[in-house]
Amino acid sequence: MHKRRSPKAVPKLLDSAPLFAVLGDKTRLRLISRLCDDGPASITRLTTGFGITRQAITKHLRVMKNSGLVRSTRLGRESVWQLDKQRLQDVRRYLDLISRQWDVALGRLREFVEH
Amino acid sequence: MSTDRIEKKILLRAPRKRVWRALSDSTEFGAWFGMKFDGPFTPGARLRGTIVGTTVDADVAKAQKQHAGIPFEITVDRIEPERLFSIRWHPNAVERGVDYSHEPTTLIVFTLEEVANGVMLTVTESGFDQIPLARRAKAFQANEQGWGVVVKLIEKYLAQAA
Repeated sequence: MHKRRSPKAVPKLLDSAPLFAVLGDKTRLRLISRLCDDGPASITRLTTGFGITRQAITKHLRVMKNSGLVRSTRLGRESVWQLDKQRLQDVRRYLDLISRQWDVALGRLREFVEH
Repeated sequence: MSTDRIEKKILLRAPRKRVWRALSDSTEFGAWFGMKFDGPFTPGARLRGTIVGTTVDADVAKAQKQHAGIPFEITVDRIEPERLFSIRWHPNAVERGVDYSHEPTTLIVFTLEEVANGVMLTVTESGFDQIPLARRAKAFQANEQGWGVVVKLIEKYLAQAA
């Protein structure tokens, strides 16, 4: 809808663009799915049963890390990977935007019927 | 947390008949919404609207002017007098020269409930998961096929993390 536009929210939406590009890959989606189901995991654990090399998985994780989708923390000799919750919430911004626009539209309806 | 649906509630301190008219009369709906329709709301009707400024808020009306004249199609779904009114439209269909007619629509349902000091109006808009990603935000460049999968994963994740 035309009035569903909030100047503040638009730059934030633009910020999310790389995130979506990164997700356009089956392996990455599977990795996300795994991190979703199992929580934080080491490379060793992520590689198990995946059918691709540890090296390839590391490469995908790094791409996702660059877009802020996952992050890693050092635990002893291994890195533990996990989803970045904040970043995932970014993709909900479109709905938040429309939701705010409804607030504005309904405010107008109130004005219209109460006065 | 749904990625498919929005729900809004607002208490309107006005008679139920008044609220119903503001929703079900296409001229009145257009007045607060900022749209001019080419006919009355009847079940199944496909109407063409044109964006004009709302009469209610001068600032909003000014903002709407940038989209003035853009045609906008809605389909009336159900009309249950003084209780429920629903329509379908293409969310955020404001790009000039773009044909949205073959794209999925969202369903907007207005439900009225009489309460002590007025009318509780509930508005839901659903079907966003079916809307092409490119429409969800023009800025997003992504694999549309992956989107459905991703939103479900995210939904699941956020539910767990909450």
